[in-house]
Amino acid sequence: MKTFMGYKRGDGSVGIRNQIAVISTVSCANPVVEQICAEVPEAVRLIHQGGCGSGGRDLITHTRTLQNLCRNPNFGAVCIVGLGCELIPAESLHLAMLVTKKPVEKIIIQDVGGTVKAREIGIKTVRKMRDDLNKVKPEPHPFEHLKIGLECGGSDAFSGITANPAIGVVSDWITGMGGTSILTEITEMTGTNEILKRRSAVSETAEKIDALIDRTNSEARKILGAFADLSISAGNMEGGLSTVSEKSMGCITKGGTGEIMDVIEYAEIPDQKGLIIMDGPGYDPVSMTGLAASGCQLILFSTGRGSPLGFPGVPVIKISSNTVVSECLKDNIDINAGAALDKGKSIEDIGNMIIDMTVRVANGEKTSSEVHGQDGIVCLYSMDRTF
Amino acid sequence: MNPNCIIINNMDNVAVVVVKICKGDPIILPDFSSIPACTDIPAGHKIALRDMKQGEDIIKYGEQIGRLNAAVSRGDWVHIHNIFSLEDDQA
Repeated sequence: MKTFMGYKRGDGSVGIRNQIAVISTVSCANPVVEQICAEVPEAVRLIHQGGCGSGGRDLITHTRTLQNLCRNPNFGAVCIVGLGCELIPAESLHLAMLVTKKPVEKIIIQDVGGTVKAREIGIKTVRKMRDDLNKVKPEPHPFEHLKIGLECGGSDAFSGITANPAIGVVSDWITGMGGTSILTEITEMTGTNEILKRRSAVSETAEKIDALIDRTNSEARKILGAFADLSISAGNMEGGLSTVSEKSMGCITKGGTGEIMDVIEYAEIPDQKGLIIMDGPGYDPVSMTGLAASGCQLILFSTGRGSPLGFPGVPVIKISSNTVVSECLKDNIDINAGAALDKGKSIEDIGNMIIDMTVRVANGEKTSSEVHGQDGIVCLYSMDRTF
Repeated sequence: MNPNCIIINNMDNVAVVVVKICKGDPIILPDFSSIPACTDIPAGHKIALRDMKQGEDIIKYGEQIGRLNAAVSRGDWVHIHNIFSLEDDQA
């Protein structure tokens, strides 16, 4: 299959869902967003802890993240709820949305006369957006428009042997189709500088990767001290991992074997297609927020211990590394890569199962995280103190 | 009998056993050929796919993940007792 049924947006991107985002610019506006979404269940709630009290690089990162989340192609319309005195004003999100030519409205609690009125206006606005969006019909689009985020969380000794190499098969497939896959979790790339540099398309990218991994390691050492050196733990070794490089390979194998086309900031939208590396931490909700903001319409998430978490507005396909967890958390796991351990399947077989599901999900099939409401909140990446 | 180990990349000189293997048990490769285990090997751990000399690189995922500090035979357990990190080498 060469195309999927998606929704074209004004900036040329294509969504695999046709949803309305209701987003707060600051945590003070979160309750109004929740109240609007309670009345219009089709709307996607984007609430977070940020929007004020930060400065320097956090303010820049948080602003970019919120702006680019609204630009995610899975959202066909955006309703912004602001307070009025916050550091990231509703206007800045509103302006950023103009390039996308999506329907966008802003409601400012201090301007409209309080939360009760803001809620009423919001419900009316979002219902109108929903009725308009329902008239948009999906059309066939080539897979070059699909951007897939790669994630692993709650890993076990088998994640790097079954689920992650199978995800690598999918990454090679989508980049081969002219699309994009984004690999992140830089804290889990220790010891793979040389390998990733060798895979870079141009020397500038290789230098960026080297600098990013080194900077991440030195910051980890500054905060964690001696604990930073436990990037390979006694538990990892009991599980069969012998070196840091081996452990990190288990993570980066999700990116497959392709050339690395570019290195981007956390929550930045890449200019290039193909395999991309994004700055970001290993902590899943923060990592997935960055992937969604960078424009991923879909996330592949491997887990060994059983992480159920999805992301609001972005379908997440959960892939277990072993059969025990897929049976224990059967409502939360979409594909069992543990079949490579006990059902005679090859990594290639599992990779093809994930590709088939990716195609179905791109065409509208719901993932377990969507069916069971595991969408959670937006978790912003912070490096500095809150003021 | 199904294979009881995974070879992640065709370039690899180690396989990962997916169940606990006892000394002398057959390690069945994806192509259904078999190697007798030289020692007990815990699930998730690596075995050597061929005889290797001290100083040879261990390849998993098609990449160097460490180097042998002792010779190993086909079917030997490969872990921290006989390989060291190339990171340590650089430090």
